[in-house]
Parts: sequence; structure tokens; C-alpha cells
Amino acid sequence: MSVYINKDTKVIVQGITGGTARFHTKQMLEYGTKIVGGVTPKKAGTEVEGVPVFNTVEDAVKATGATASVIYVPAPFAADAIIEATDAELDLVICITEHIPVMDMVKVKRYMEGKKTRLVGPNCPGVITADETKIGIMPGYIHKKGHIGVVSRSGTLTYEAVHQLTESGYGQTTAVGIGGDPVNGTNFIDVLKEFNNDPETEAVIMIGEIGGTAEEEAAEWVKANMTKPVVGFIGGVTAPPGKRMGHAGAIISGGKGTADEKIRVMESCGIKVAATPSVMGETMIEALKENGLEEKCKTH
Amino acid sequence: MNIHEYQGKQVLREFGVKVPNGHVAYSVDEAVEAAEKLGSPVTVVKAQIHAGGRGKAGGVKVAKSLEEVRTYADEILGKTLVTHQNGPDGTEVKRLLIEEGCDIQKEYYVGVVLDRATSRVVMMASEEGGTEIEEVAEATPEKIFKEVIDPVVGLAPYQARRLAFNINIPNELLGKAVKFMTALYEAFVAKDCSIAEINPLVTTGDNEVLALDAKLNFDDNALYRHPDIAELRDLGEEDEKEIQASKYDLSYVSLDGNIGCMVNGAGLAMSTMDIIKHYGGDPANFLDVGGGATAEKVTEAFKIILSDKNVKGIFVNIFGGIMKCDVIAEGVVEATKQIGLTIPLVVRLEGTNVERGKQILDESGLNITSAASMADGAEKIVAAVK
Repeated sequence: MSVYINKDTKVIVQGITGGTARFHTKQMLEYGTKIVGGVTPKKAGTEVEGVPVFNTVEDAVKATGATASVIYVPAPFAADAIIEATDAELDLVICITEHIPVMDMVKVKRYMEGKKTRLVGPNCPGVITADETKIGIMPGYIHKKGHIGVVSRSGTLTYEAVHQLTESGYGQTTAVGIGGDPVNGTNFIDVLKEFNNDPETEAVIMIGEIGGTAEEEAAEWVKANMTKPVVGFIGGVTAPPGKRMGHAGAIISGGKGTADEKIRVMESCGIKVAATPSVMGETMIEALKENGLEEKCKTH
Repeated sequence: MNIHEYQGKQVLREFGVKVPNGHVAYSVDEAVEAAEKLGSPVTVVKAQIHAGGRGKAGGVKVAKSLEEVRTYADEILGKTLVTHQNGPDGTEVKRLLIEEGCDIQKEYYVGVVLDRATSRVVMMASEEGGTEIEEVAEATPEKIFKEVIDPVVGLAPYQARRLAFNINIPNELLGKAVKFMTALYEAFVAKDCSIAEINPLVTTGDNEVLALDAKLNFDDNALYRHPDIAELRDLGEEDEKEIQASKYDLSYVSLDGNIGCMVNGAGLAMSTMDIIKHYGGDPANFLDVGGGATAEKVTEAFKIILSDKNVKGIFVNIFGGIMKCDVIAEGVVEATKQIGLTIPLVVRLEGTNVERGKQILDESGLNITSAASMADGAEKIVAAVK
């Protein structure tokens, strides 16, 4: 088991004829992902890496039976791509695109209310179920199948955490990058719920950063509902207020969204927080030991 | 992106938000000329810098004659204003807003921002105008009223009325207040603002509702569709290193420490600063070279880091996912050769093609210390600059 995606998930790539999308389509196919089609307007009938291209998402879904899509289209057109995928009634849309205007995402979120489609991202590395399928841009080889769920606002920090886990012999179920934007489709709580219900996942690492209050809300949810140990990390303890730290959503404004406050709330909710990014793996192992899960989670 | 008050008021005026008449002035003579044109009995001379808190720092003066306008303009132009927002070095005033004075009855606060929790835009209002809204939020949160706005409907008139009632705008000015708020929301959406703050909004003796100050910030990601707004950028207000970085699509934030950082990925870049601090050092910057960094980009990043005279050592921390470690290593070697690096350099490489990357660094013959992990690298660079 895993969350959101598995080896049977059929995926289409929106914007497949672009340079980045071509590169990652190849990478995903090599990992074993079932890429069944691509979409680029006016390119129907062509192929990318042996994958057929369609003019619209609707056409691609009809022809292939895909249930998920991954979006690489440039920022000015990304909101439209998400809406198109939503209208085609896909289960899951993963938007990798960075720099989408916030007002576009406000409209997209409003549009998706009450619809069946789940959006992950934008501005995220994607979702990977270890040794089964990857939808996104993460390096596949650092992941190993196992029992730890990973959810994160940051791409490279996810790699860092996964790498530490794999190196110490603890594989993962699914790693979900929810993205660094202030308005996103899937939040920490959505993913934590999935991990809580997933029989394969025994513990979860949640990686946050400065800005907003999503980590605090997630921590409260964990305290009230989570039956599995959760370990955390927050980036940006030293970030100055009022400055955007790369991610559009990583900003301390009006004294809100500091790392210290997030860490305080997480710890008060029973989440073990790693003191530095280089001990995320160790902190998880400590939590597994405390919960008698060490043996069960050691995979290699 | 940030703009000046006078520019913000110009933008708002286009949408029907009432603002006092005024003109920008770059010299004392222009200031006097502007005051003459306004012909108002009282004129306000306002320093135009991006930081808030200008009044308290002596950047806003009320003149009752043209002579006074001349005196104040002369005093403020060229002065370095230090406010609680712009740090100890302050900002030199190069522009003034010369504005007609008005008969203020009462000051209020109205602001429009994104509410991340609801993924909607909210309008906030308070009767406590003129003071820092963060202070009001801290001390008396019950005095701030919020309306969450549905993007399909926009700010509904009843919501604007409810805000106006809640902050006790006099009934006879209700219509004008609603019109003001509606126009403010429209401007926010139409121009892709990230903040639109009116502090204070004032009611006047001649029964007007006016924006006495205006702070507009814009979503950088939407500037491509607002060339008119992009033109308002004042490079004089920005850190030179940050301007240089933006030319190469590098995400850079200048800090006060002495350890330069070069990292891929925003989260890892932030955490690299944190871990340096954890081991007792001080980061000089945040720098995310991004996922698709080329050797050229890495070289430029190095140049920017080194243009900061405080930097006594550099820590390169790369987790190559899609980005290959050998490409980064080549960039580091190339940059080091070009620039003639004389300060300690610690490099931590992990991920795709890491062995080839390490080999390139080892064979370069350059004085590069390699680190086995992020923690190891942070410890080494902190020790090296001590």
C-alpha cells in the first residue's frame, strides 16, 4: 500500500513537449511510472519518448484511461492546465510549475471546491511511491521501499530526509511534496490523514518551513488524531522577518510564521523536532525506537 | 515588488480610490513648484522611501507656506532616514511627495492581504488607524475586523458595509467608505497585489473618505502581465547584490554574517543558514541557485557572494537531484579560477554523480575542503572563519 499513487497509476504529462517535461518523462518512464500520454495543444499525433501526444486532457483521458496528470507547463498557463485537468475529472493532478501568480491559484482553489480532483502543488517536486512509481522531478534512486511516510514543503529538504533514511536502512512508503507556495492544493493535514490510514506506513516525517500557520494546524491535528509517531523539521530559524526566502510562501510577516513558534507548537503536540537538517533521519530512528517500531521499519 | 507611496496613490486613483492631490518632487525647486500648483493652505512634505515609519523618523512635515515647503524639502531631501523597518544604515531620501493637507476628523486602518488559511483574499479594517497594525493585532485583536472574499463574487457590498459599521464610520459617510473599499479590492485583484494597506484611511471635515497613506506590494510572479507596474520599480531602494542576483535568476537575500552560502533549493538554503548558526557561525546570505544551475550561474553566484566584503568563507551545500554534482563541481572550479578565491571554501556534494563531482574538486588542485555531510561542512566552515 501507499498513498495517492502506486505502480498501476496511469499518468499523463501536461506540457509534454517542453524541454523539462521531456527530460522528466524519460526519467519517470525509467523509474517504471506508467506514463500513458501527453498533452500539448496542436501537437496531437506526435510522440515523446514513445508516448502519444494529444491536443486536450479530455482526449488523452478518453484514449488512455489515465487517472492522474503531472503539469510542467509554464507559469502563465499553469492555472488553465489545472482547471483543464479538473474538468477531465482526473483523481490526482500534480503541478510542478513554479512562479504561478497567487491570484491565479486563489481562483483555481475556488474552482476546484466540490470537485473530485485532488491537486498536489504547485511549486513542488511531486509524489513518489518508492520502488513503484514517481510523478515529478525527484531523483528516484535515493528512495527505497519501506514504512516511513514523508510530507514536505521543500524539494531538496525532502531529498535530504529521504537520503538519510535510506542510508540508515529505513525505507519509505510515499514521499509527498506539497510545495512552497502560499496557496496550494494539498496541505499537511490531507497527507497526514492518508498516512494515518495507510497500513504500510508506520511513522511520518513532516518537513515545514517559515511562513503561514500550516505546520501549527497540522500539529494540532496530529495531537488529536494521529495514531502513528510523527517527527518534524522546520527550515528558516535564522530567516529575517519580511524577506521572502526563495519560496513564495516562505516569509515571516507581521511577526507570524516564525520557525520558533512552529517548533514550539509541534513539540507541544508530541512531535519530535530535529534540531538540524542533518539529524532528520536520526530523529526518526529515535522516535521509532521509543515506539518499538525500529525492527519493523528497518528494511535493508 | 515594492513601490513608493506616491506611485501607489497614482495606481489607486485609477481605480477610483480617493487620495489627496499631490505631486512627486526630486529637488527643492520642484517641491516648491508642486506646492504652488496645489495652492492649498497647508502642504505636506513627505519623504518617499520604501520603508514604513517615516513620520517618526522625521520624514513627514506639515508646511503652512511656500517658504516652509522650501525649508522642509531642503531638510528632508538627501537626508538618511532610519526607521524601525529599514535597519541601522537607513535609506537616503531622493524623492518627495508634495501633497495638499486635509482636515482630518478620524484615522482608520484598511488593508487587503492573502489569507493563507482560507486561500482567499481578506479585507481587514480597524478603528485604530495611524498606528502599526501588528501592534493593534497583538494588544487588541478584537479591534480588527476581517471579511473573507470569494474571488467569484468579489467584495460584496454588504461585507464592505459590515466593515464600515464595525469600525464606526459615521453613517453619512457609509456610501463613500463602501465605494472606497470596493475600489481598493478591485485595484488589489486587477494589479495582482500581495499587500494593499491604507494606514491611515481618514475621514475629513469636508466629508471625504481619503487614503492618507498607501502601501502597495505586488506579486513578483504576476509582474509579467503588468508592465506598467514593473516600470515603477526603484532599483535605488534595493540591495545591489539582490539586483545582480535577480538578473541571473538566482534567489538571493543579503544578511549580516560572514559565511557566504551557495545552495540548491530554497528549503535546503534556509536550513543551511540554520545549521551554520547552530554551530556558532553567522550566514552572510541566503542563496538558492535553483534546480537547473549551469556552470555560468554558479560563477555568477560566487561573484555575488564575494562582492559582500563581510564574507570570510564560503560554504557550498548541494543535494544534486536532477542537478548533477559534476556540473556544480565544474562551476565551482571555474568560478574559483576566474575570481582567484583567497578565502576558505568548504563544499558538500551529495546526490547524482557525486563521485565524479568530488573527483573534479580533488583534481583541481584548488584549496577546497570537502565535507562528508551538511553538519560536517557547517562545522568546518565555522572553524575556518574563526
